[in-house]
Amino acid sequence: MTALARNSIGWLLPLTIILAWEALSRAGFIAANVLPAPSAVAAAFWKLLLSGELLRNIWVSSWRALAGFAIGGSIGFALGLANGLSRLSRDMTDTTLQMVRNIPHLALIPLVILWFGIGEEAKLFLVALGVFFPIYVNTLLGIQGVDPQLVEMGRIYGMKPARLFWRVILPGALPAIFTGLRYALGIMWLTLIVAETISASSGLGYMAMQAREFLMIDVVVLSILIYALLGKLADTFARLLERRTLAWHPAFQT
Amino acid sequence: MLDHTFPYPIPASPKVREIPRDVSGPPGFEIRGLVKRFDGKTVLQGVDLVVPRGQFLAIVGKSGCGKSTLLRLLAGLDQPTEGTIRHGDAQTADTRIMFQEPRLLPWARVVDNVTVGLTGIASGKPARERARRRLAEVRLEDRAGEWPSVLSGGQRQRVALARALVGEPRVLALDEPLGALDALTRIEMQGLLERVWRGQGFTAVLVTHDVAEAVVLADRIVVLDEGRIALDVDVPLPRPRRHGTPEVARLESRILSRLLGGDHAERHGQAPVVVRA
Ligand SMILES: Nc1ncnc2c1ncn2[C@@H]1O[C@H](COP(=O)(O)OP(=O)(O)OP(=O)(O)O)[C@@H](O)[C@H]1O
Ligand SMILES: [Mg+2]
Repeated sequence: MTALARNSIGWLLPLTIILAWEALSRAGFIAANVLPAPSAVAAAFWKLLLSGELLRNIWVSSWRALAGFAIGGSIGFALGLANGLSRLSRDMTDTTLQMVRNIPHLALIPLVILWFGIGEEAKLFLVALGVFFPIYVNTLLGIQGVDPQLVEMGRIYGMKPARLFWRVILPGALPAIFTGLRYALGIMWLTLIVAETISASSGLGYMAMQAREFLMIDVVVLSILIYALLGKLADTFARLLERRTLAWHPAFQT
Repeated sequence: MLDHTFPYPIPASPKVREIPRDVSGPPGFEIRGLVKRFDGKTVLQGVDLVVPRGQFLAIVGKSGCGKSTLLRLLAGLDQPTEGTIRHGDAQTADTRIMFQEPRLLPWARVVDNVTVGLTGIASGKPARERARRRLAEVRLEDRAGEWPSVLSGGQRQRVALARALVGEPRVLALDEPLGALDALTRIEMQGLLERVWRGQGFTAVLVTHDVAEAVVLADRIVVLDEGRIALDVDVPLPRPRRHGTPEVARLESRILSRLLGGDHAERHGQAPVVVRA
């Protein structure tokens, strides 16, 4: 099978489902106020695209997602590195972090609304918190999992700590870090959807909530589909990055 | 105490080129009264060993007798509990150790794995040039740009050898480097090891479970038993030696019988074995 055929085979099923859905809607088996036909969703998409509302909301949501990810991810990565490399740092902070980890971050929504209102900070805070743990935990695991024989080898050949880190420890931890990254991207969208649905005055979640108020079910379905698309996009990006950086890994060699 | 009788009698053979070895000069390294304990458990109990520069020494012994411990001390990876290790005029940094596992960085190309051996010595283009020359020596120059994961076990071990040699160490410590290889690859690697050793004249210390390997490769074989040197014999056979020749087989069986608790009368030598313990 060629690469193209292998790629397109994955799209066969969704395409069939959409076609069947359209047919059933037109035949009247699916009521329009339960689930609008794909053509109705497409029409809504076109209308919102022309008015500029859609792009604005996508932009706002993406910005929140990425900014929250950058904050939470970099803190998680830094702490994961620190705790993986320094015993003192781990002894001091790991217990606390593991305790905080057991609180579902979405349970903090009421508190976060009290703190920040419905401003941007609330969303950023929640996304950052949600993204923090998968990155932290996997970075830590990755560093602790680096083959000690390789580290010893590096020392034998006289590598200084900085060189040892860049040439042995970080590359060794990278596969685990990528696992954390992809997991975190999933959490990032999930958190944002929930946060925007509950308290926001812009963004995709807000758009969906507004549409629900006015019973514009086609827009609701459209928002859901766009979330799915954005999530898939983020995952594809992470996979690409992984494939490039882990080219040495037997799993990525063809 | 050890009584060194150099030079040992080497049967003349026109085909064999003996590299000039400064056996009376400063030793490659000198171990005196070496004791190593791990939380109360004595692993090495007073090892004395003087190895002339350029000698190929093999250490054999039962599992757990302290061979790896001795090698790690020699390479400066651990500190002795008692006793001293003197490295001729060289530093411990001039000692390289090669393990049973190749310990290559999976994320570095073959040539970059070899340049690891030049850490702090050379970098950039000159380092890669030197690495390539070493790779040619172990006949892997055409694999320089590949990932270690696509190499066979024997090829990986050859890369590890190139890495150990690229910094031109005075002493090369080998901890069962061929232990994980199949019999044929082993013999091939033994030939390679002997060739590079003769070409460079570093002091080689080879730990092996395979007595035949020790006899084929070494100038001298030391049997370690319960943390002590139980036997110390010279191997004055002409090189290159072949597996299965009568002289090799004879010496092999002598050492094996000693390892398996054979009689101590064996310690008083018959030609061509010079026994020194
Ligand atoms: N870091 C350590 N801490 C505690 N005990 C150790 C340590 N290193 C080695 N030992 C002990 O020292 C003894 C000798 O170990 P060593 O690895 O030197 O044996 P060896 O002769 O190399 O055996 P093998 O042929 O199986 O490799 C063993 O009983 C081992 O348990
Ligand atoms: Mg050992």
